[in-house]
Amino acid sequence: MPAIELKNICQYICRDVSLKIRDKELMVLLGPNGAGKTTIANIIAGLTDYQGSVLFDGVAVDKLPANRREVGYLFQDLVLFPHLDVAANIAYGLTAKKQTPQQAQSRVKQLLQMMKIEHLASRYPKHLSGGEKQRVALARALAPSPKVLLLDEPLSSLDMPTAKYLRTELKQLQQRLGITTAYVTHDLQEAEEMADRIAVIQNGSLEQVDKPERVFFYPRNEKVSDFIGAPNILDCDYCRSLGKGVMEVGCGGLPIIVPHDGESVHRIAFLPGDIHISETHPPGPEVNRFQALVTSINPTDETVRIGLKAGALNLLAGMPHYIFEDMSLAVGKEVFLILKLRRIRVYENKDSQRSDSN
Amino acid sequence: MLNKIRPGWGLLPVVIFLALWELVARFNLVPGQLSFPPFSAVVLEFYHLTASGVLGDNFLASLGRVLIGFCAGSIAGIAVGMIMGWVENINKALHPIISLFYPIPALGWLPLLMLWIGINEMLPITIIFICSFFPVLYNTVTGIRNVDKQYIQVARTLGASDARILTTVVMPLALPNIFTGLRLEAGMAWRVIIAAEMVAIPTGIGALMMRAESLIRIDIIIVCLIVLAVMCLAFERFFQYLEARMTARWS
Repeated sequence: MPAIELKNICQYICRDVSLKIRDKELMVLLGPNGAGKTTIANIIAGLTDYQGSVLFDGVAVDKLPANRREVGYLFQDLVLFPHLDVAANIAYGLTAKKQTPQQAQSRVKQLLQMMKIEHLASRYPKHLSGGEKQRVALARALAPSPKVLLLDEPLSSLDMPTAKYLRTELKQLQQRLGITTAYVTHDLQEAEEMADRIAVIQNGSLEQVDKPERVFFYPRNEKVSDFIGAPNILDCDYCRSLGKGVMEVGCGGLPIIVPHDGESVHRIAFLPGDIHISETHPPGPEVNRFQALVTSINPTDETVRIGLKAGALNLLAGMPHYIFEDMSLAVGKEVFLILKLRRIRVYENKDSQRSDSN
Repeated sequence: MLNKIRPGWGLLPVVIFLALWELVARFNLVPGQLSFPPFSAVVLEFYHLTASGVLGDNFLASLGRVLIGFCAGSIAGIAVGMIMGWVENINKALHPIISLFYPIPALGWLPLLMLWIGINEMLPITIIFICSFFPVLYNTVTGIRNVDKQYIQVARTLGASDARILTTVVMPLALPNIFTGLRLEAGMAWRVIIAAEMVAIPTGIGALMMRAESLIRIDIIIVCLIVLAVMCLAFERFFQYLEARMTARWS
């Protein structure tokens, strides 16, 4: 399976995108809707005109039309051919490849087995459930043994449990086949679960290419940080294990208890929504409860963002408008904050500043 | 419950209608001097016309013209429609011309064609050709252009050539639209042929009706009308059936 390389890709939405996807790697293209993720997938597949160069294993494929690039493409809407039954859908790319009917038939059978959909072979797409369609579409894309697999939000049309289940299956399949894959999604959690590496794309530009946990703990700029939810990221001065899977870390002079069992913790992070603000002294044990000063109040569309100063730390909390309206917060007011223990994420790796984008 | 009525009962209104007709004609309930043959007289005339071969000959003459003109027109319409629907530039070039010709009623061509072609077998066939060609062409182009572009893209990534995409994806998906055109035109062809035969051609059902009119043979006219109604219906139903056969499994 080849590596994919994009060199200085320009298109009316993409601005000078250069990206290398390694052999057998699953690269998630992550970004908000309209950022240009699908466009990049279309460029790799040869479905859109572009400037710049796409290379498969170092060989430019720009001159190859889509039907000769040998790319397996799973569209967001799946687009199964409604007039063909499942077996014929899967066989479509095989007959195009001029295989003999016998070869095609045995390959179809193999894929039906692999995707566990043998019983659906003679059904038409209108009689399939969402998850079944998904499998058929994937089988169809994989049937001609493509060099590269492109998945455009393949699970977005499914209900949550099915999507979760198929996500795991998809990842396992990709690893087993060792096929170089670009996976488009706007869902951070999905990206973190699936990715070998994540490429964060915004407004047609590549903002960061990194391992999933590094995108979260070391967002390269404000745009990336905002997209992943503007987490509070804190460097730890010290850490010591308290046993039973909890650890105390010191950040800006505050002792914070985190759920962790293992190596020393280098950074911790938590989202603004995971800070609870109380105007009165909260009851219960003094764990992850700190006094703080309100330094700023910024209402946004979805939440009210509240700047806090606790010890030497500047933190960002967020709360829904209706809760904010029930409280009487003002800049300069003393409040108490509680960090939701289970929501604190930890980062172990010490090799901090080196970015992984190549 | 309407849906519980057995299919045979659908004929009941027809039977009542025929019975009323028979009664009204028999007892001369029609006001004025209109000559109005009862249903039984029409049936009798149908038998005479069939036995003498007059109806058969004229019917076959009309049928032949409709079949040749309609098949040629539809095939040409589908073929040109395929090219126009698939190749954007050809569509751009031809679309204005087609739009100009499409609204002309097929019979509007009759005077022109009588002069150009003369009064012979080619005249009604050409009229039927025109009557089928434009609507089928129009529906084919619409059908092809309405096919979701993603089907074409996915076929392309699966390695299919343009010709293969057109024949294995686009045309099958355009079929419902194409059949709409065919079905409408199959009935329309019969309406047009009768008019053409009435005006210009000495054989065929239309001509037979005109001769019956000059002889004031209302029974023959009614026989012709019934034949006509049955043929229009049969042609439309045939294409309806064909469409259902070809698309029922997936559409």
